[in-house]
Amino acid sequence: MKHLPLLFCGIFFAIACSFAGLILASHIQIGALEPRALAEDDPLHPRPKVGLAQQGKQVYKEMGCAYCHTQQVSGKGLRADYERGWGRRRTVARDYIRQERVLLGTNRVGPDLSNFGDRVLGTDQPTEEAMQAVVQGLHQHLYRPQIVNAESNMPPYPFLYQKREIKNAPSPKALQLPADYAPQEGYEMVPTSRAEALVAYLLSLKLDYELPEAKFVQEEK
Amino acid sequence: MSSIKILPEHIDRSIRVSGVFFALSAITWLMIATLFALISSVKMHIPGFLASWECLTFGRTFPAYLNALVYGWGSNAIFVVCLWIMARLAKSPLPYSGLLLIAGIFWNVGVTFGVLSILAGNMTSVELLEMPPSLTPFLLFAYALIGVWGIIAFRYRNTEPVYISQVYILAALFWFPWIYSVAQVLVVFAPARGVVQSIVSVWFSHNILALWLTPMALATAYYMIPKILGRPIYKYHLSLIGFWALALLIGWTGMANMYGGPVPIWISSVGTVAGILWVLPLAIIAINFHQTLLGHYKQAFASPMFRFIIFGVAGFTVFGLSIVITALPAVNSVTQLSYVNSAHFSLGVYASFTMVIFGAIYFILPKLLNGEWPKTAFINLHFISSGLGIIIVVSSLVIAGFTQGMEINAITSEGRPVYPFLHIVADTLPWLFTRSVGWGLIAFGHTAFFVNLTWMLLKRIRSFIQDLKAQSLPSAKCRTFEV
Repeated sequence: MKHLPLLFCGIFFAIACSFAGLILASHIQIGALEPRALAEDDPLHPRPKVGLAQQGKQVYKEMGCAYCHTQQVSGKGLRADYERGWGRRRTVARDYIRQERVLLGTNRVGPDLSNFGDRVLGTDQPTEEAMQAVVQGLHQHLYRPQIVNAESNMPPYPFLYQKREIKNAPSPKALQLPADYAPQEGYEMVPTSRAEALVAYLLSLKLDYELPEAKFVQEEK
Repeated sequence: MSSIKILPEHIDRSIRVSGVFFALSAITWLMIATLFALISSVKMHIPGFLASWECLTFGRTFPAYLNALVYGWGSNAIFVVCLWIMARLAKSPLPYSGLLLIAGIFWNVGVTFGVLSILAGNMTSVELLEMPPSLTPFLLFAYALIGVWGIIAFRYRNTEPVYISQVYILAALFWFPWIYSVAQVLVVFAPARGVVQSIVSVWFSHNILALWLTPMALATAYYMIPKILGRPIYKYHLSLIGFWALALLIGWTGMANMYGGPVPIWISSVGTVAGILWVLPLAIIAINFHQTLLGHYKQAFASPMFRFIIFGVAGFTVFGLSIVITALPAVNSVTQLSYVNSAHFSLGVYASFTMVIFGAIYFILPKLLNGEWPKTAFINLHFISSGLGIIIVVSSLVIAGFTQGMEINAITSEGRPVYPFLHIVADTLPWLFTRSVGWGLIAFGHTAFFVNLTWMLLKRIRSFIQDLKAQSLPSAKCRTFEV
């Protein structure tokens, strides 16, 4: 082989092709998407995550939740995401524009979480009691998933919880644990701020809005 | 015409210290990666295993395994094997290889901090880009020094023909910093908006396998097979066509994995087309290797180290076929978000790349250390354990993945899921357990390799230290390379 500059040009061209064709092209097409409203007076979507939910995203990253959970809903007919209640519509590129770190996930060891908040809370505004019950259940699940689902292979996160001596009265945030998992008498397990943030983040995951390019699936009557 | 008397031994001596350092680093990282792989695998069927330790939660041990395997084992192994091949093919000793050693130390310090950061939870959570951004300039600087040596060896070569191995190595040396820098900028430092990040990260995680590890494995196989068999590569003139077809196509094939995702449909369609066209370079490379080996398998298998190369070449063929098969939408809709992704990764990184590199290290290290492997039985043990282990790992992941994908997608005529999610989890557990058995076997094989290597090094330590002090070429009878 005599034309070494040609070799280097070819090597450069090969990588430049896929870089330009995939990354630059997709950046041009969807790299500047903005929030949209379905109708003129509707709020813009997607909404940004703020406060505790935003902090919870950081905990989600630190715990590596994305290695077992996806956050992408396929359209009806491709997979069974709709039938499983994982979303009333498919996710599209615009759904992720507010996220500084997009974690689509590559394996569904556990269920998809795109619409987790909507799924556990329901579409109607939950009562205070219902909300507390959901939060309590989530904390139990994170503390020891096998309490809620005995066959689950999700890892427990006991280090997100603190064992504390009960002083005057139990904390309203204390976990209600079965006898096998409860600490010794006089002690309680309470969520740390990281656990609370993670629960807030999970409950904020909602695909409860439509976009012009992604409408809810219409049920056949 | 003047003559320069350069022996192969002179070339080996020029890379001895840095080569042994990279080899030792590589095997150490391999042991660390194996440990994390085993822990992660066990956690999937015994979720309470080491669960009290935050630094050992699955979400951290799994990325620790990925990064230790690719950046620790993979890159260090590439540095020793491919720099040696470059130097030998160029018939030119590597100058100032002591500086190469310093660059290698920087690289390994960077990767060490990276893996420790992952275990501490300081990670990006993006596959194969988990290390904190502060380490990126460090690693790129170390890599630049190392990569430049390969180019210097090629530039000051004493031979006219350019071999296909050199082409693959040069290409990979160029491609790696490009894909790594682009990914770091667009995903970590100045994240692109929305799913453009995901497109970049899929492009990167696919290409670190396709444009870094795989070309280096192919370069090694193209060098080793004719060397050991004593015959040329069958239809060698096709190898360059295979290279260009690989270079132009393989960077696109990873996009098939975004099928049905929140990205424009053309992205996955392009990936599917590229995945099917990939049959061409795969066929050429497979013909090159398998036709060369045909009729000589018995001779090849007689060599304990060459068995690894044969296995790796077969592993590459299966890996290549998996790219084609999983590019098909009908298959992808089942396998895309499943354990089949892990199977595909294991095929590419272990069954193909790692097995070829094992064979190369077994070939090269005795030349670098002027010694022999102390225990051939350990080499045989390594081969059987690793070979059987990876077959078990990949098979169990494929079965688990297809089970998972098909059951997740199964719906009744009334439009309800057939299987509750926990039922699917229960159906995959036996295969996840089998995977752990596979990793256990692999760990056993790696231990045999590690013991053999350190034993040989300890036996040769005195002459190695003398060489380190002397840093001079011995006088001896030599064969002349004309220039």
